[in-house]
Amino acid sequence: MAAPTTLPSALADAVRDESSLRRFLHGLPGVDQVGVEQRAAGLGTRSIKKASKLHAIDLAISMVDLTTLEGADTHGKVRGLAAKAKRPDPERPDVPQVAAVCVYPDMVKTAADELKGTGINVASVATAFPSGRSTMDIKLADTRFAVEQGAAEVDMVIDRGAFLSGRYGQVFEEIVKIKEACGNAHLKVILETGELVTYDNVRRASWLALLAGGDFIKTSTGKVQPAATLPVTHVMLQAVRDWKTQTGELRGVKPAGGIRNTKDAIKYLVAVHEVAGPEWLDPHLFRFGASTLLNDLLMQRRTQLDGHYSGPDYVTVD
Amino acid sequence: MWEYAPAPESRDIANLKPNYRMFVDGKFVEGTGEPLKTINPATEEVLAEVSTASQSDVDTAVKAARKAYDRVWSKMPGSERAKYIYRIARQIQERGRELAVLESLDNGKPIKESRDVDVPTAAAHFFYHAGWADKLSYAGYGPDPKPLGVAGQVIPWNFPLLMAAWKIAPALACGNTVVLKPAETTPLTALVLADIIQQCDLPPGVVNIIPGAGDVGATLVEHGDVNKVAFTGSTEVGKIIQRQLAGTSKKLTLELGGKAANVVFDDAPLDQAVEGIVNGIFFNQGHVCCAGSRLLVQESIADELLEKLHARVSTLRVGDPLDKNTDVGAINSREQLTKIKELTESGEAEGAQRWTSSCPLPDKGFFFAPTVFSNVSQAMRIAREEIFGPVLSVLTFRTPEEAVAKANNTPYGLSAGVWTEKGSRILWMAQRMRAGVVWSNTFNRFDPTAPFGGYQESGFGREGGRTGLEAYLDV
Repeated sequence: MAAPTTLPSALADAVRDESSLRRFLHGLPGVDQVGVEQRAAGLGTRSIKKASKLHAIDLAISMVDLTTLEGADTHGKVRGLAAKAKRPDPERPDVPQVAAVCVYPDMVKTAADELKGTGINVASVATAFPSGRSTMDIKLADTRFAVEQGAAEVDMVIDRGAFLSGRYGQVFEEIVKIKEACGNAHLKVILETGELVTYDNVRRASWLALLAGGDFIKTSTGKVQPAATLPVTHVMLQAVRDWKTQTGELRGVKPAGGIRNTKDAIKYLVAVHEVAGPEWLDPHLFRFGASTLLNDLLMQRRTQLDGHYSGPDYVTVD
Repeated sequence: MWEYAPAPESRDIANLKPNYRMFVDGKFVEGTGEPLKTINPATEEVLAEVSTASQSDVDTAVKAARKAYDRVWSKMPGSERAKYIYRIARQIQERGRELAVLESLDNGKPIKESRDVDVPTAAAHFFYHAGWADKLSYAGYGPDPKPLGVAGQVIPWNFPLLMAAWKIAPALACGNTVVLKPAETTPLTALVLADIIQQCDLPPGVVNIIPGAGDVGATLVEHGDVNKVAFTGSTEVGKIIQRQLAGTSKKLTLELGGKAANVVFDDAPLDQAVEGIVNGIFFNQGHVCCAGSRLLVQESIADELLEKLHARVSTLRVGDPLDKNTDVGAINSREQLTKIKELTESGEAEGAQRWTSSCPLPDKGFFFAPTVFSNVSQAMRIAREEIFGPVLSVLTFRTPEEAVAKANNTPYGLSAGVWTEKGSRILWMAQRMRAGVVWSNTFNRFDPTAPFGGYQESGFGREGGRTGLEAYLDV
């Protein structure tokens, strides 16, 4: 097994072979379920008001990966989404752009054409999303196709079956190969935490993805319940924080699925701020995978600025 | 940088009045003692003037309690007593915000704690004990256990409302009547509780609340017509009370100081252990008798844990207790702040390594930045004496036996914590640690169903749970 980047010796040892990897992952400190849920609930009571709320809303908008991943997606739908990404609130040009538009590989070209020169990235899911149940060749071809079409970010899924049966080496190799196939595109590794179930598994999968070179660790596909939760995101934020302590490198986290309103988004930002640290409050290091969240952020932004709530008729539905 | 804007809870909610009077025989009356002024420790401004009890007022209150006991409360069926106690519980919930804001103003604790811990737990104690009132025959104390009579209760300033609930609820459930003295620096929420009790139509004299200083407490516990004394406070005063009561027929329970060991093994869930350590010592500014003030960490993970701990403690927000984002509020009094400063100076003088959070502190009021001492040895004062402030002493151990030996090496024995993923080790440790409460993979969790109390100089008797009923029954 080859380490993708130059790792400190302790971590380089961890990826020497399959049994070292297993020993390393199983040697990580456990996660106490009651404790992490209590901490997440406690931090969730932070009260973010006035200027700090407006700042949080703008920050959250700039972190959105505006997503459509439906069987019913059409080129027209994707073009509409791209327009929304560029001008989230057409009447308010000072609203920041979103970070990326996230689509299936066959829609990448359409999105890329629309977003050329805007600074908004196109992200594509790949690797037989959402189940990941296919051969390596197909997963690689899927990834290469997305990148060729213009995806600057690839959201891959791990093989949860392999992970749950303890074949960590296989999961690791897959991530390494997909990372190679990505070329310059950023790789987000979807752990599908709703299928990993335990926080111990989430921590192990997070470290596995970081060791294999994932630029981001992402909670979910959005196709499995539960999708993103606050305590799961806490565990993943702890992983990138500890990764930085050990390697000096900054890696990102992306909760996806189920974050629908501003109140929830702010809870996530508070967690980023206080669990990982203020330097993660940056679209390069934290994203929201969401579709309906953006409009709620826009409505709350208007409420903050206008002093009253105007409702969904004043934001665009795309 | 993302700064949280101030998010203060409105102090108007506290419904603060300029004067508060004592509550005797169902009425609010002027005490004949020297009135006291209670201050907001976060600003040092006077909140209100409170009348206090003189010796004769104490006697009046005890007589009222005796009369209520003889004529009404001891004869009332448990199911009827329960109705009153349930009513008090519901009223505490109804007026929860008022009580929480008032508690934070008077005590200095952050609003998130008074709102999420003190007030709900106080209500829970009344709810729980209301349930016992008609089931005492099934509590395991005989077929028809009898109450004791008049209970004289003296409570501390760290959880003013919650301690009042801990004392009053079981006493009433078991059929006793009460004379309670709240702490000198924090009398206000107990007097709002008196207002609640009055509105709940409790028969006059069943609960009497008499503010005052230590001398009022001394007069109360010495009073010849008091049958039961319950005291929560310092070990020093506890010893005096025990001496006073020696040879009398009064039943006594004491809940005193502590110097709890929080033991972290190398296989602990580290991130949650850090949370538990922080909660153990910085909850309520460390003004907790069961605070985890001695951290015993296995040497092999000490550096890593300490690094994580410093990073976490640096994120604690110290300041205005009414701000909903404040994690650590004000020290309750200048006297207590002086004591904390004196003990931390002794820590430095004795050679422990001091680390203090660089968090900004308000200009006014009594504040102390969260502090962690490492390289602490058992011989130092900061490892032996109760600091009762946001100051943690970190010691290390190598083997489980050493951890037990060090944890037990204290005259106290109120609480302890064990952090390990190994269930068998939790049980092994819990059997050996001399502490009334042992938390595993958590800390400072309170529930009315769980008995609470100490060993040795931490006192005797239990509060809460079935066990806690014994203190208020003639068994």
